[in-house]
Amino acid sequence: MNPQRRDTLKAGGGLGVLGLFAAAGLIKPEMAQAAWNKTAFEAKNMEAAFAAFSAGKPAESADVVITAPDIAENGAVVPVGVVSKLPATEQIVIMIEKNPNMVAASFTLPEGTVADVQTRVKMGQTSDVYAMVKADGKFYMARKEVKVTLGGCGG
Amino acid sequence: MASPMRIRAAAKDGVTEVRVLMSHVMETGQRKDSSGAVIPAHFITELTAKHNDRLVLAAEFGPSVSTNPYLAFKFAGGAKGDKLVVSWVDNKGDSRSDEVQIA
Repeated sequence: MNPQRRDTLKAGGGLGVLGLFAAAGLIKPEMAQAAWNKTAFEAKNMEAAFAAFSAGKPAESADVVITAPDIAENGAVVPVGVVSKLPATEQIVIMIEKNPNMVAASFTLPEGTVADVQTRVKMGQTSDVYAMVKADGKFYMARKEVKVTLGGCGG
Repeated sequence: MASPMRIRAAAKDGVTEVRVLMSHVMETGQRKDSSGAVIPAHFITELTAKHNDRLVLAAEFGPSVSTNPYLAFKFAGGAKGDKLVVSWVDNKGDSRSDEVQIA
């Protein structure tokens, strides 16, 4: 069996169904993603990413703490946690400087939610991980370098 | 469509700690398959967590988040037996919503 043909058929079939849904008005991508900050997630450099959040130049702050390994053996799964000790923290954004899509995740914290989030991100190569925090209307950040071991054998 | 999320929510000393493991391919749109064709991006874009209909976390994800995303956060309040609902939407319009009781 020709795997390429299979894939083509699958892709074609998938598109067809989605197209039908779209035509019937069942899926409205522009509505579904109305709130999603496209500019930020497609930013290709840190300045553009900061600008997309209207952050200007965030000040480095010791009150923003990134928890991530110094060396990640598997770049596909790098645990990253961010804690902000700044009062009235309302947003936490995790960025990976050398990824093609630098902005990994953005968290909006309503009042009462603790400024302490953890997730896992992909890293293509050794890079600085940035945490940007919006607290009381001002932007702060912290950075931490995470080395990614290539080869996947831990060597 | 997508498999259920695994959600753990535990209340302790007035703070509820939530851990969520979603089941999603989180395809970046950068990878190619064996025939060299680009695998289209497919990733979760938005996630919300609600405690008894009160929003406790809103998150936006990009393709840099790992496959089968993991998320942990804490919020003040929440008691044993309260309802916690986590929902996500991906860039293809798929969505999933799961509910647990806080333990």
